[in-house]
Amino acid sequence: MEIGLLYSRIRRDEKLLLSELRDRDHDVHKIDVRKERFGIHDPPEPFVGLDLLFDRCISTSRSLYVTKFCAAYDLPVVNGPVTAETCADKVKNSLALAEAGVPTPKTEVAFTKEAALESIESFGYPCVIKPVIGSWGRLMAKIDTRTAAEAILEHKATLGHYEHKVFYIQEFVEKPGRDIRVVAADGEPIAAMVRSSDHWLTNAAKGATTAPFEPDDRARELVATASEAVGGGLLGIDLMETGDDYTVHEVNHTVEFKALDDTTDVDVPAAVVDWLETVVAEDRTIGAEAK
Amino acid sequence: MSTADCIECGAEVSLHDDLEIGEILDCMTCGAELEVVDVSPPVLEQAPELEEDWGE
Repeated sequence: MEIGLLYSRIRRDEKLLLSELRDRDHDVHKIDVRKERFGIHDPPEPFVGLDLLFDRCISTSRSLYVTKFCAAYDLPVVNGPVTAETCADKVKNSLALAEAGVPTPKTEVAFTKEAALESIESFGYPCVIKPVIGSWGRLMAKIDTRTAAEAILEHKATLGHYEHKVFYIQEFVEKPGRDIRVVAADGEPIAAMVRSSDHWLTNAAKGATTAPFEPDDRARELVATASEAVGGGLLGIDLMETGDDYTVHEVNHTVEFKALDDTTDVDVPAAVVDWLETVVAEDRTIGAEAK
Repeated sequence: MSTADCIECGAEVSLHDDLEIGEILDCMTCGAELEVVDVSPPVLEQAPELEEDWGE
């Protein structure tokens, strides 16, 4: 197949994908989106004539627009713009999960410091405040006291981009020192791992240690439902164990998998390319239409 | 294994064989993050700063 890999930075994840695609003799077109110009009618020349465009943009804003343009040009892209839009924004992500009946941490959104403080006080301490757009655990805060809450809100309101004035506040989930990352295609797990840390943040990007994890039936059910809720495609679904169940706190649409590939026996890039081949063979578009 | 010059400090940066345009390398001498902008011959430029919207 002829596949266009949309990127602005080649991470180890993209290198693994490129290697797998080339090993299978696919014709890979690397497209650096920083160099392209997007008209409202006609696609950039490198986008034309490909079987599939694969969004691997590290920049969320670029990912959102480039997938939107691909859909407008009627070009096949994974993941599609609806999936990207739903996953990129934590508010939309939470709403989609809740609407689908997926257990997800209790969350409130407020637009002023005063209303945000009321949310924080109603959750009690500790609770968590997160940026609505962001990744790798950056700018997340566990709030232990009212004075800390006041300081964080003041900083966000004064120093932040307007998105930081959308206060996304969440209950603190007492997880057992670890969370679970499942990489799934069309809701079917490719591989999974637990990420453990003494720190409350257990992102691999924050240095958490990882170990393979075998999802049970309930985790599989939640992964499938969460995937469908956000528009489907190739996703990184994060769960926390809550004793007798799980809670899904996040779904990522340009999922990184190098840590998972290192941790498990599964050849993750091979499985991803298997899925891409299936998408092309079935002429499917993922997450392009509003639910 | 080939080499290229660090744009920040001029030191020699070792390049692995499967170099990709768009890849980021670290200069082991000055610690600068460098982006591969060409592979034949290899050319390195200063990598973009981390942006707030980067992630997965």
